[in-house]
Amino acid sequence: MTYLASQNTADLVDITLPNAGIVAVLGYAVVFVGLIALMIVVILLGKAFSAAEKKGEAPEAAPAPAAAPAPVAAPVVSDAAPGTAGQLKLYDTPPKTAAMIMAIVAEKMGKPLNELRFISIKEVK
Amino acid sequence: MIDIGEVLLNLWEGSGFSYIFSNIGTVGWQNLVMIVIACVLLYLGIGKQFEPLLMCGIAFGCLLTNLPLGGLYHDDLWQAFMDPANEMYHSYGAIMREGGLLDIFYIGVKTSLYPCLIFMGVGAMTDFGPLLSNPKSLLLGAAAQLGVFAAFFGAVALNLISPEIGFTGPEAASIGIIGGADGPTAIFLTTKLAPHLLGAIAVAAYSYMALIPLIQPPIMNLMSTPEQRKIKMVQTRKVSKAEKIIFPILVTAFVALLLPDTAALIGCLMLGNLFKETGLTDRLSDTVQNALMNIVTILLSTSVGATMVGTNFLTVQTLSIVVLGVVAFGLSTAGGMLGGVVMCKLTGGKVNPLIGSAGVSAVPMAARVSNTVGQKNNPSNFLLMHAMGPNVAGVIGSAIAAGFLLSVFG
Repeated sequence: MTYLASQNTADLVDITLPNAGIVAVLGYAVVFVGLIALMIVVILLGKAFSAAEKKGEAPEAAPAPAAAPAPVAAPVVSDAAPGTAGQLKLYDTPPKTAAMIMAIVAEKMGKPLNELRFISIKEVK
Repeated sequence: MIDIGEVLLNLWEGSGFSYIFSNIGTVGWQNLVMIVIACVLLYLGIGKQFEPLLMCGIAFGCLLTNLPLGGLYHDDLWQAFMDPANEMYHSYGAIMREGGLLDIFYIGVKTSLYPCLIFMGVGAMTDFGPLLSNPKSLLLGAAAQLGVFAAFFGAVALNLISPEIGFTGPEAASIGIIGGADGPTAIFLTTKLAPHLLGAIAVAAYSYMALIPLIQPPIMNLMSTPEQRKIKMVQTRKVSKAEKIIFPILVTAFVALLLPDTAALIGCLMLGNLFKETGLTDRLSDTVQNALMNIVTILLSTSVGATMVGTNFLTVQTLSIVVLGVVAFGLSTAGGMLGGVVMCKLTGGKVNPLIGSAGVSAVPMAARVSNTVGQKNNPSNFLLMHAMGPNVAGVIGSAIAAGFLLSVFG
């Protein structure tokens, strides 16, 4: 930057190739430095919030230390959806939502629904 | 008794048709060519749906300004405005007094009002959650600014071939920023550094942004292996509302302190985002996203189109800008991909390099392209949210790049 600052305005308007190279490399470096510094700030911010969140959770959990951890609820699997030759399994997904998803997929792929084979639809939690 | 013949003759002599044909050897042919170019741009906007919201206005502004004697836009007035020796130097009063409708619209471009207001709308529409949950994506946003500086260097290097197709430092900087794939930033910088190139640069920037689904995939496939493109990325952590509120305040303070020239752009971007994230200013968020954004888009696009007068646009330099623009886009994509590949290797294959190409900004089109290319290689792979991180990082990255170029050449 000191080097560039010493150049007068005319030098920068009619910039020479070596000077253009310096500006280009310096500019790319400045973008990296700026975003790396921002990344560090964001990481620290995230850590501070995660720590605060854990602190908030700890006193709530303290009164019941003996309580056994609740078993993770198994996903509700319904019977095979009708009209699918017994192939489509729905996990935590109502049939209406499944129908909508299949219609969207068929539309996006540009293929009729009866040419597609759906194995299962599962809600991602 | 009124002389009907004389009236008709005066009518003809006062018409644009007469002007074009009596000056066909000088500016008349330029007017005709520019009218054809305006029609081609209208076809691209309407027929091919290339960024129609902007392209329609730009093309129509170009059409209006090249219909002679309309007096809607005066290029000579703006040249006097920029000339320190002229009494109209930096006199908006003179523009208001003597300018036409599009001259008055253009004041908003000249003062950087429109790009900043557009950025406010963009901020209100942007979710920085994916970036906050994966801060490393900021590196991809930085890597994808390669095209900005490579095109800048290339524009200066053209002087070695011939000074006629080469550019000065400020002009080269304005051309390079096309690689940031960010229309408002390109307009913001060009207005300050090379206003005579504004029309060509704006058209190149928005055209190439519309062509991102065609420009990027070949480069993405070339720079990654099929195995890398199939990588599924794990879901990132959930970001709290408080983090999302603090982020725009933090970024504004940090970036504006680092590069004060970016304060206007980053400040507006983050103010718009703050309106969205507080949850208490929904009316303001809604206004900047919709009503304000739409109004400013009309004013910005028509006034940018109005700068496309034949004497400025029909030059060899415009062709150079078109070529350098696509080079800038391509190299920015390559830079982002390179960053993605490096990140993939460093993390032991946890990062899909395809998200790197989204670092070129062009929100959300570039992220969609990453997702589409990823799904072509692995239909069950959903990269969209992962690509949104580098995508919004690219917006900040291109603003920093513009701030740097402005601090050097401004």
